[in-house]
Amino acid sequence: MSGMRLAGGGPVIPNFGHPSACIKHNGWFCTDWISKHWGDTLQPALIQHIQLTLIAVGAGFGIAFVLALIGFRWRVFDAPLASFSDLLYAIPSLALFQLLVPLTGLTVTTVEIALTSYTLFILYRNIIAGLRAVPADVLESARGMGLTRLQTFFRVELPLAAPAILGGLRIATVATISIATVAAFLIQDGLGAPIFDAIGTPDLFKTELLVSGGMAILLALTADFLLAFVQRLLTPWSRLR
Amino acid sequence: MRTEAAELVFDEATKVYPGRDGAAVDHLSLTVPAGEICVLVGPSGGGKTTALKLVNRLIPLTSGYIRIDGRQIGDYDVAELRRSIGYVIQQVGLFPHMTIEANIGTVPRLLGRPRSWVKTRSAELLELVGLDPSYAKRFPAQLSGGERQRVGLARALAANPPLMLMDEPFGAIDPIVRGRLQDEFLRLQSELRKTVVFVTHDIDEAIKVGDRIAILREGGKLAQYDTPQRILEHPVDDFVADFVGQDRGLKVLSLRKLGDLDLAPGGRHSGDGMPSLPADSSLRDALAVLVAEHRDSLLVVGADGSPLGVATRKDLIG
Amino acid sequence: MLAGVFGDAFRFMPNHFSLLLEKTGETAELAFVALGIALVLALPLGLWLGHRHRGLLLALSVSSAGRSLPSVVLIGLGIGILGVGFWNNTVALVVLAIAPILTNAYFAIDGVDRDVVEAARGMGLTETQILTRVELPLGLPLLLTGLNIAAVFVIATATIAGIFGGGGLGDIMARQVTYGLGGVFAAAIWVAGLALLTAAVLGVAQRAASRRMAPKT
Ligand SMILES: Nc1ncnc2c1ncn2[C@@H]1O[C@H](COP(=O)(O)OP(=O)(O)OP(=O)(O)O)[C@@H](O)[C@H]1O
Ligand SMILES: [Mg+2]
Repeated sequence: MSGMRLAGGGPVIPNFGHPSACIKHNGWFCTDWISKHWGDTLQPALIQHIQLTLIAVGAGFGIAFVLALIGFRWRVFDAPLASFSDLLYAIPSLALFQLLVPLTGLTVTTVEIALTSYTLFILYRNIIAGLRAVPADVLESARGMGLTRLQTFFRVELPLAAPAILGGLRIATVATISIATVAAFLIQDGLGAPIFDAIGTPDLFKTELLVSGGMAILLALTADFLLAFVQRLLTPWSRLR
Repeated sequence: MRTEAAELVFDEATKVYPGRDGAAVDHLSLTVPAGEICVLVGPSGGGKTTALKLVNRLIPLTSGYIRIDGRQIGDYDVAELRRSIGYVIQQVGLFPHMTIEANIGTVPRLLGRPRSWVKTRSAELLELVGLDPSYAKRFPAQLSGGERQRVGLARALAANPPLMLMDEPFGAIDPIVRGRLQDEFLRLQSELRKTVVFVTHDIDEAIKVGDRIAILREGGKLAQYDTPQRILEHPVDDFVADFVGQDRGLKVLSLRKLGDLDLAPGGRHSGDGMPSLPADSSLRDALAVLVAEHRDSLLVVGADGSPLGVATRKDLIG
Repeated sequence: MLAGVFGDAFRFMPNHFSLLLEKTGETAELAFVALGIALVLALPLGLWLGHRHRGLLLALSVSSAGRSLPSVVLIGLGIGILGVGFWNNTVALVVLAIAPILTNAYFAIDGVDRDVVEAARGMGLTETQILTRVELPLGLPLLLTGLNIAAVFVIATATIAGIFGGGGLGDIMARQVTYGLGGVFAAAIWVAGLALLTAAVLGVAQRAASRRMAPKT
């Protein structure tokens, strides 16, 4: 996709045969540009962005879940794992992308590794906090009723932690959608590509920035809303407390 | 284990927590006959909760034995043991993410009962503990404290366990509701006839619900194990006498009912505003009424309100 | 390749030490000026709203908006509206930092045990005294967590600002042609170092505060 766009040669504005007045004046919202480039730029970027996010959040959730189980079951591992995920989170995205390049090159893999590592901080903390927050009396009656360790985990601890876990998933997804725009520094992928492209244009192409940036924000808000809905649906009891 | 009621035996049961000097439960030996309520009372830290949790192996024994129906608890599979013992705690510990019905159905489901069976059973149990069956689909957060406690009791009864362990089940509930729950618990017990170990630190509650009372002193030593009547009338030492209180003479009165007295006939005097009380009121309540109303005698009436006779102060104090 | 880049990076560091130092200073200046302005703007508001237990909706929407707003877009908007310079980036960073500071200040104060506050009020403390002597110390750990997140966030974004003419270490990272892969890598290491150092300092403060204010018994 990036090849296709760059094949035209350089920034977007000089690329038009007959630029409209709006584009000539670098307007904030030139509808003709939007309709012209929806199919070749915006829509593919949106789909790539969703893919980037889904893979990062999915992988991050899997890893964070396993790590959280380890930290929950064996408390000694909690502090090191928490510090490790804090550390990954503190490294600025641009630097983390760059630091990974010698290992994995200018590839989607590099971007996914970095994005995944950002989700770990949020997800690990939320999963552990959710599991820990199960009240002692609930655990005691579960044990007293003869639930095994595994039954207690799957029937009591995990469902009770679900609101916190889903809340973490929400925050992680929204944050990933936002950070994934930085990926365009390395690869022409996702909504960051048109955003970087717009900022890199001499005088900054406002319509492209506003539309692609707006799409990233809308995507984040939509994901937030959808996950909030799922959270309500799956844990109807959590609103009662 | 049988399903109706089991005999429970503590045999030199001892618990020393690691890193602690003294024992929490010290060579405790007592037998709870099948179908009876044994109340454990004692000062805070006296080892009541520990003794209870030794039975369902939430806490491992340090030494000694506990037997249910003659079989040592260590010989049971631990999950099987716990599923066949009803367990009720003060904080209730209902699962907040499950409906009332699902809460009640937890153990039956683990034992492989079908959903339909659980549905019927939970409706039945809700009725038994005095809750409307429409509560089945509610979540614990939508219930009051007293209602939650009843659900806790229903949940413990769900698999029809031969033995019930109850740790201060009514401890966190206001006195009026507590009194009502105690009454209902006794009514239930008269139908179900379970073996029950009931922990409380309220001696009045112990006297009211217990067939027998075990008084533990600090360090988890058994001070006396007897019927409420004998504990009140013949405390073995100063500790027990102190524990049951200066007013133990009065407390004895709470064990006897107006209906147990030889009443003088006197139904005709009922017109002069003499206070009247039902025959199943305790002598203690009757005395309280006489004192409060500055009267010497009261009218005892049957369940249908018909006069049975007159009781005087002298009859009560006897 | 890995060893080569590392070698280049670690040769770059001593050779261009003063450049790295200068660029780090630029990034730090941009980040901390923005953080300071955001603190001045958002902290009093967050504390006051938390104290009054008002504005939950505001706090929630600010935090959700703050998370969903990509920093690149904000920087772009800054340039688009204010032109390239120090202030366009500062404004963008301030906007980004406001969200975590405001929401954490709000929840830190709002979440203080109501009984404790009630007791303080009953003892005759004025509202200001309650805020400064009871709620603020008790809410400090959470407040510092918010500051930590905001600082990390702002340093990351200040770096991004660098690649669009904002100066600082991002400037080096955007110019592989000039500084070589080793230079880019060295700058990345320094940015990470700056962020980790900041996070570590604030983390120590946060842990000290929670040990003092909320000891686990
Ligand atoms: N897990 C534990 N580890 C160490 N000591 C314990 C533990 N649980 C209880 N103890 C100690 O054992 C003793 C008996 O405790 P237990 O909880 O059985 O008392 P209790 O009679 O139930 O008191 P209360 O009426 O306050 O509930 C106490 O001194 C207590 O501090
Ligand atoms: Mg106890």
